[in-house]
Amino acid sequence: MFKTFRPGGIHPSENKLTAGSKIRGLPIPGQVSIPMNQHIGASPKILVEKGDMVKVGQLIAQEEGFISANIHSSVSGKVLKVDAVVDMSGYKRKAITIKVEGDEWLEEIDTSTELVKEISLERHEIVRKINESGIVGMGGATFPSHVKLMLPRGKKAEYLIVNGAECEPYITCDHRLMLEDPESIIEGIKVVMKALGVKKTIIGIEDNKPDAIKILKKLLSKQKKISVGTLKSKYPQGAEKQLIYALTSRVVPSGGLPMDIGVVVLNVGTISSIANIFKTGLPVTERIVTVTGNGVNNPNNLLVRLGTSFEDCVNACDGLKDNVEKIISGGPMMGVAQSNLQATINEGTTAILVLDKKEAKVVHPENCIRCGSCIYACPIGLMPLSIAATADKGDFDLAEKLGAKDCIECGICTYICPSRRSLVQSIRLAKSILNKRRI
Amino acid sequence: MSPIVLYTIISLSATGIAAAIILFVIAQRFKVIEDPRIDMVEEILPGANCGGCGFAGCRNFAEACVSIRDLTRLYCPPGGNETMQEVASALGKEAAEKDPLVAVVRCSGSFAHRERTNNYDGAASCAIASSLYSGDTGCQYGCLGHGDCVRVCEFDAIHMNPETDLPVVTDDKCTACNACVIACPKDIIELRKKNKRDRKIFVSCINQDKGGIAKKSCSVACTGCGKCEKVCPHDAITIENFLAYIDPIKCKLCRKCAPECPTNAILEINFPPRKERVAEIEPEKGAETAVEPIASDKTGAEPKSE
Repeated sequence: MFKTFRPGGIHPSENKLTAGSKIRGLPIPGQVSIPMNQHIGASPKILVEKGDMVKVGQLIAQEEGFISANIHSSVSGKVLKVDAVVDMSGYKRKAITIKVEGDEWLEEIDTSTELVKEISLERHEIVRKINESGIVGMGGATFPSHVKLMLPRGKKAEYLIVNGAECEPYITCDHRLMLEDPESIIEGIKVVMKALGVKKTIIGIEDNKPDAIKILKKLLSKQKKISVGTLKSKYPQGAEKQLIYALTSRVVPSGGLPMDIGVVVLNVGTISSIANIFKTGLPVTERIVTVTGNGVNNPNNLLVRLGTSFEDCVNACDGLKDNVEKIISGGPMMGVAQSNLQATINEGTTAILVLDKKEAKVVHPENCIRCGSCIYACPIGLMPLSIAATADKGDFDLAEKLGAKDCIECGICTYICPSRRSLVQSIRLAKSILNKRRI
Repeated sequence: MSPIVLYTIISLSATGIAAAIILFVIAQRFKVIEDPRIDMVEEILPGANCGGCGFAGCRNFAEACVSIRDLTRLYCPPGGNETMQEVASALGKEAAEKDPLVAVVRCSGSFAHRERTNNYDGAASCAIASSLYSGDTGCQYGCLGHGDCVRVCEFDAIHMNPETDLPVVTDDKCTACNACVIACPKDIIELRKKNKRDRKIFVSCINQDKGGIAKKSCSVACTGCGKCEKVCPHDAITIENFLAYIDPIKCKLCRKCAPECPTNAILEINFPPRKERVAEIEPEKGAETAVEPIASDKTGAEPKSE
């Protein structure tokens, strides 16, 4: 039996259309706009002005506060404007728009492709370098990675868990990364293990990616500290708490962090980017994005510069079909629906999913029949129907008592509901109101 | 009379008397002394428990009225000045005189004016919709039209107009309790001074985009051109973030600004037709270039007729 979590979980049809297509580099677009709110936490301070010339890797916005991250230019060229631009959320937010001119890199960046075998840096130096590079969680949550690596005093990490589960249907960016650049993942793991001082690392991969498991197991055959954990294909296997439970049988307490039980979880994409920093000195300027769904002519995995518009990415996949119904940034379970292709790729954009009329069936909610399907399926063991009902009524105190804050917004309840009620949306509303109250 | 009946009557009476004594003693011992004025004030209040005063209900407000020394800081929006004067005279305190307010919907962007760019198929709630995206038109500030304001109104004073998909306030019923203002996630609804005969002039737009972008997304958006600011003789209009705002306190309802607006974003409601008005006052340059009164067709707001 493969490892998995308990309770709940579902197995939606995987639809990994792009699992077999190689990562393709997207030519540098004519213009990028780099959103300033691309990570969780405080917005960074903008360092450039309109008309400035920037190079690839140049710091353009500096972190402010503990949970924040630096942002670097992903292209070279001239700053067109520093203004509000429509981003993934559909709202206009601060972004730096750069018109691309050539492809000049900062001089200190090493463009050779040699992997660094030995890292001579001290622990705090590694963390500082990761901090300077502004790496955030590339699995979609965009939590600044250096914060995870700065262990609070008195706490000790025992496990590093590398998340290669990729449980969302359609998305294949992590899968392709593990197949095509497994060395960088292993290099990255070594760096992070040194930074954290941990003795044991587990790479969690779902059993629907046997090729990735095979490659990594082969590369790690002589490594004793790093192992590969095969996970059952089940959604949400890649959610932090579920992954920790499946691999270590430890439970993150309600309201707590993985750090509380001595575990640090990083996504394979993040790990690979960390390796890249120590290899070339180049901060995160590009990421792999899966452009997929039946609404795209030629689904593909693309390596794109941050700030590239969705439109450029879709055009690189031979454009949209005529029967497009819905465009989603991210996966079908947790992604954010887009109203146009204006939004730009940020560090957390795992996929652009274009669904056709058949895939994105418009449904209308009916009354709850109290079947309890959502309770059986909830991976946290909550009662989504009750929380959603209290949230709809505006009784947020009761929603809090029922555990609304523990919801990971995986969307299983909405997916499974036979009455097609938007349960997770109501719970999310309750969560955001409760979080505002706390402040 | 058989002795059984007699004993029963005696024992039951004795139990009853004993219980009465115990109850009386306990009632005296644990008596909650409540100010009788609280009940008196509660009688005067409307009893809607709307929460517009900032307290949980009318009883809490009455308690606050009795306990507080300075009544001027408390106000019952549904009751208005009349109720507050009554409360003040009953308690022998001074009440503040406040201008009556009314809720005003600051968006005229019906789908005739705003091009729909996408379809929303999620939960029918403005709060949820606004957390997911910016709206189904190009304007990220405008009304979402799912009616959260209608659902929270305790006074049946706000309704969705099915033609425009925008909320309409019935001025007579509105008590300015603030519930809809809080419920609106886009902050479209504002409480403004209630003028004579429910007349009002306001900028029916909160779009803070630059002029061109705003105009492109909605044909009745405020572009922040500043024409109204220049023409206003009372300094009531300010422009901030490409958006004009008419200060309801400073505004004297002279109606000079409305015809100046190139996008008809300034609404004048419940005024007599403009031609009569022009004849009454001194004709001003430019002001009388007759722009159609836009009250009824834009908002569907004809509160008097209901």
